[in-house]
Amino acid sequence: MISAPDVVAFTREEELEDDLYREPPLPEEYSVPLFPFTGQGANPWAKVAGSKFTRDFILISEFSEQVGPQPLLTIPDDAKVSGTFDLNYFSLRIMSVDYQASFVGHPPGSAYPKLNFVEDSKVVLGDSKEGAFAYVHHLTLYDLEARGFVRPFCMAYISADEHKIMQQFQELSTEFSKASECLKTGNRKAFANELEKKLKDLDYTRTVLHNETEQQKKANDKGYYTTQAIEKANELASVEKSIIEHQDLLRQIRSYPYRKLKDSEFHPYEPESALDRADMGSHDQDLTASDPAEPSETHLYTHVPSYTPKLIKAKSAKCFDKKLKTLEELCDVYFFTQTLDQLHHIERTFRGDVCYLLTEQISRALLKQQSITNFLFEDVSFLDEKPPEKQYRGCQGLGQDAMDEKCLEESLAPKVVISLGSYKSSVECVPIKMEQEMEDSEEPKMSESVMSEHQENLDYLDADIKGSISSGESIEVLGTEKSGSGLTKSESQASLPVMPSPQAGRSKVGSRRTVSEDSIEVLSTCPSESLIPEDFKASYPSAINEEPYADDNEGGLRFTPRANPGVHDGQDDISKQESLVQVDAACCIGKESPNFLEPLPELGQKPCEEDGVVRIPPQPYRPAEQGLRGGFPSHEGLSGGLLPYELDSRYLTGSREVSKSSLDECSDSTSHISSAASTCSDRTPSPAHLACAAGDRHRKRAGQNALRFIRQYPFAHPAIYSLLSGRTLVVLGEDEAMVKRLVTALSIFVPSCGAYAKPVKHWVTSALHLVDFQKWKLIGLQRAVSPAGVNVLHALSRYSRYLSILDADSKTLRCPLYKGTVVARLADHRTQIKRGSTYYMHVQSILTQLCSKAFLFTFCHHLHLPISEREPEESVVNRRMNFLKLQLGLANEDIKIVQYLAELLKLHYIQEPGQGGNPLLRFDYVPSFLYKI
Amino acid sequence: KSSVQTIGEEQIQNPYTELLVLKGHQDIVRFLVQIDDCRFASAGDDGIIFLWNVQTGEKIHELHGHTHKITAVAPFSSSDVTEEKMNLIITASADRTVIVWDCTSGRQVRKVSCFHSTVKCLTVLQRLNVWLSGGSDLCVWNQKLDLLCKTSHLTDAGISALVELPKNCVAAAVGKELIIFRLSASNSGSEGWNILEVKRLADHQDNISSLVSVNDLTFVTGSHIGELIVWDALDWTKQASECNFWDSAVHPDVQPEIKLSQSPHETSVQHLTSDEECVFAAVGKGIYVYNLQMKRVIACQKTAHDSSVLHIERLPNRQLISCSEDGSVRIWELREKQQLAAEPVPTGFFNMWGFGRTNKQANQAAKKMQENTPVYFLELVGDLIGHSSAVQMFLYFGELGLATCSADHLIILWKDGERESSLRSLTLFKKLAQNGDLQLKL
Repeated sequence: MISAPDVVAFTREEELEDDLYREPPLPEEYSVPLFPFTGQGANPWAKVAGSKFTRDFILISEFSEQVGPQPLLTIPDDAKVSGTFDLNYFSLRIMSVDYQASFVGHPPGSAYPKLNFVEDSKVVLGDSKEGAFAYVHHLTLYDLEARGFVRPFCMAYISADEHKIMQQFQELSTEFSKASECLKTGNRKAFANELEKKLKDLDYTRTVLHNETEQQKKANDKGYYTTQAIEKANELASVEKSIIEHQDLLRQIRSYPYRKLKDSEFHPYEPESALDRADMGSHDQDLTASDPAEPSETHLYTHVPSYTPKLIKAKSAKCFDKKLKTLEELCDVYFFTQTLDQLHHIERTFRGDVCYLLTEQISRALLKQQSITNFLFEDVSFLDEKPPEKQYRGCQGLGQDAMDEKCLEESLAPKVVISLGSYKSSVECVPIKMEQEMEDSEEPKMSESVMSEHQENLDYLDADIKGSISSGESIEVLGTEKSGSGLTKSESQASLPVMPSPQAGRSKVGSRRTVSEDSIEVLSTCPSESLIPEDFKASYPSAINEEPYADDNEGGLRFTPRANPGVHDGQDDISKQESLVQVDAACCIGKESPNFLEPLPELGQKPCEEDGVVRIPPQPYRPAEQGLRGGFPSHEGLSGGLLPYELDSRYLTGSREVSKSSLDECSDSTSHISSAASTCSDRTPSPAHLACAAGDRHRKRAGQNALRFIRQYPFAHPAIYSLLSGRTLVVLGEDEAMVKRLVTALSIFVPSCGAYAKPVKHWVTSALHLVDFQKWKLIGLQRAVSPAGVNVLHALSRYSRYLSILDADSKTLRCPLYKGTVVARLADHRTQIKRGSTYYMHVQSILTQLCSKAFLFTFCHHLHLPISEREPEESVVNRRMNFLKLQLGLANEDIKIVQYLAELLKLHYIQEPGQGGNPLLRFDYVPSFLYKI
Repeated sequence: KSSVQTIGEEQIQNPYTELLVLKGHQDIVRFLVQIDDCRFASAGDDGIIFLWNVQTGEKIHELHGHTHKITAVAPFSSSDVTEEKMNLIITASADRTVIVWDCTSGRQVRKVSCFHSTVKCLTVLQRLNVWLSGGSDLCVWNQKLDLLCKTSHLTDAGISALVELPKNCVAAAVGKELIIFRLSASNSGSEGWNILEVKRLADHQDNISSLVSVNDLTFVTGSHIGELIVWDALDWTKQASECNFWDSAVHPDVQPEIKLSQSPHETSVQHLTSDEECVFAAVGKGIYVYNLQMKRVIACQKTAHDSSVLHIERLPNRQLISCSEDGSVRIWELREKQQLAAEPVPTGFFNMWGFGRTNKQANQAAKKMQENTPVYFLELVGDLIGHSSAVQMFLYFGELGLATCSADHLIILWKDGERESSLRSLTLFKKLAQNGDLQLKL
């Protein structure tokens, strides 16, 4: 059953890594590291060859008590997907690793059968023969007719890309837990129903038997019992016992520990629409409300009034004669469809290449950190939707001191520095230093030395572990974190300070593990998070995420220890500023911050080589980056990471799905999102996800249209400047479709005023008012020849000082002059970017740079307030302008953009959470000019 | 052909670069009354009174009580020795009631509904701690809303304006006549007052439309056909009068044209305001500055707006603000004339669609004056365009900004954007300090 290993890739990887580690011939920044997968073709993102299926899919299998492991269904439900992949074989594999025996039955010392509320188990396994790697989620459902009342199931996410599984473990686990929780909720409900029916049957049987016994007693005057009567009495007794047993089961199932719900770490499955939630809530309530004290009879009648009890034969049918319930029957149709929806959702979320997923996650995680600025250009709503780093939150709950300590500690750890590599080129690394921070400047050296020590430690650990990996077992379970629950608090805490080394060591084990002579390796497993002690958890996910990149640490990543304290200082700086007002002003002016003047276009090119090959695959987001917190906008680095492989569309189209969707984007008629959406049941529209998907599509289309716009219109720059500086842009035209297209294109440049939708109105037919300009910053307006149309135009000319007007019909633009440089970078009509989504990301990266500048500008105390009371207002104004011009390197009208963004930041920050705040309209008295093509 | 001066889009001297729209009213907003340093009340045809914070634009209170449109509003800060200062406002409505409101609590203090006709004007005599209501008769009330005395029925049309004069006198404009009343302490009660008609002045040819007190010695009236009379406040004699100051003497070149289009409405003195030296009159579409010493119009802007100027106010910095039925508010500056350099005015692009105003180059020539004495002229330094309908009134709050109210149901707060921005920064850093750290949660 275990076939020959194919470990070539991994061994080679190892060699390479060693080579690189031993002799870096050139300084890091000039070296061109060999790509680990060079042998496999030009595409570094190409999957490990040999998989027999075309794309990722989800497999649900059951360990049937009758026929053994069997596949039940796949998602997507398409024979083509699994191709020649042997589902039966793989089911056997994945079911066989459910080492976590769930005991159900009569435990010793208990009179009644006891239901065990089994935790799900989550494992990752690789099958090199099939070229498949899987995240496997085991769960147990209850079935009254099954052996021990349980039916083991598993859901597996199968992918040819091991990295994907490993890096997305946490996310997969969260998502599958939701699905599992949904199934189990439905199952408990169905099981309870089933029990009630059975009780009813038993009750009825008892009555019948009782009557018969009584009749026999009456008929029988002989004074002794016939064998028949004794048999009946025995039967009656067994029925009564059975009733008690079943009642007990019912009580157990109803008292299902909902404790988990209180656990903040635990996320029960929530259907995405509020309606469903309410619906399910009532289901749950039904279950919980009917507490055991209540007579089950009444409950029964209210619940299933149409049920007529049956007589139960004493002898049950043979085990193999009966037909086991299907999954659907086990879980109640409603919950079953919910689960399927969730699984479809998972499939959609994780399809495509892992780098795409990772960048998405990184950007999302980083965006989340920019709690102050992210509302400006991002769709914040989707950030709240999925919290991938819950540990992070938990950490925030800690006391301030503990928090800081932890940050410090972790920021010194090597892995943080590694992940910081991607930030190197970002603007916000500008070391803003305070004079008081001078002593802190020694930190870098410190951390470096600590670093190297860590490295050595790692090596030792490696050596130790290498010795132990040659086991010949067919299935190995590593790091069964179940034991983590056994750790006492103190133990786990004690292990925290030295956390990086053992952890990194373990992750190495993970990658070495594949060397062993097995075709199935369980690389890591973990039960549900709720079992892990709080502090253990903080380090937990990285143990998994770390692994695939253990060998990249030395090779691909530039090691930038300097960046870390720099950022750290910045954070301190800000916090000092707000607490200590008397600090010298020099801190804000930042003498040693020439980075502002650095030509920004370089940013995007740094991580890529001349030929566009990416050296660094995107890193999974690690929660350990807490050191970066403090509201610094920090995802410019990301733009650098993204840019290179956008340039070549092959990278994005590595997976068929993505290429298909890109086709759709061009045709614009049917996107894969809408087709995917149609596969999910109408009953559960799951708006949150659709919104996200729609956002994706919108982004693509907007990017495409924006590209077209900047190529077509030579006056794109002043138009975009208008939007960025908060001057309402009216797109005037007769053709609704054309106007809407322009509005969509331009909408990506519109800063939001709050955490709500963008201030964009796609189509208006009536005359505009002042209030409209307050509310909307981009308006599509109908040009009509009717008298009403005259009014519309009259209003436009009346309010012309608040407006820039883009006439889509005559191709003219009337707006203020723009002489800055930012927009030129943002919208270069000779850009090589061809794809809408790529351009969108380009725009995002530049806008984020602007945001960070605006952030710095807004939150530098002395730029806005006098240092001493005697300082005249003019000197503050001068300082402010100098900062904008010299420090932020802004020219002419760019200053207005940053000022406007800063104003929005201020408003957003000042605004009380409860009230919406009055929308302001800020304007300038500047002359407008007419641009023509 | 219109000769309204335009300023174009570049307005360096215009400080108002931020605006806040206050929504609440359901109908024309006609009155704005300042309550204290940062609060004001607005009232209009919907019968609702709103109290606003001028700094934040926050709606403080919404006062309901009148069933018809409001006809007069007056602030009344009662200064009882015993109590702390109470800010009251008195409102009169077409439903023939007068209500006194407490601005702090937003509650109705008392309602008087014993009027035979609509009260059209209200005046508070702070010195005597009484207030007067003018309708078809004149009533005197004390702070507790006891009717102290009243005149007999004067006229059906009612009193259109009231102004306080020295020596416990008030001047009431009743149609074409100006009636002087005197309040005298009655012998009977301790707090009793008697009101006596002292004099009737019938010098105006038409209805008196505006009445303003300049200082303790003079007050000014204006009528519908553009007569302006300066009165002595002590002996109520006519000091000077200007009865057709809009025509030939000032602008001989455009006179015929004016004559043709001349209608009562065009020449009506809509509003008067004054400082120690000058009386500023909103006459028809124009603004006129009448110097009390020189007894003549020293500067004017004949067509300051596209249509009637409704309200005019003098700012401390020699500036003048006017608002008009055309929906615009304009800021003027009274300047002494040097040589007249033709200023290039950015033309703007109003005309791209052919709907804008015809290109109006600044009609500087119209301001020429042939006098040899110091020549003044009104220069347009800025205009505020925001309302879509007639701007009824405005209230100047100094550096806090300017509140304008309009027939489009809106009130707009115009603010100095620079100042607001730095204020916001201040608030921001205060809040940062308050939060104690930078652990920002969304």
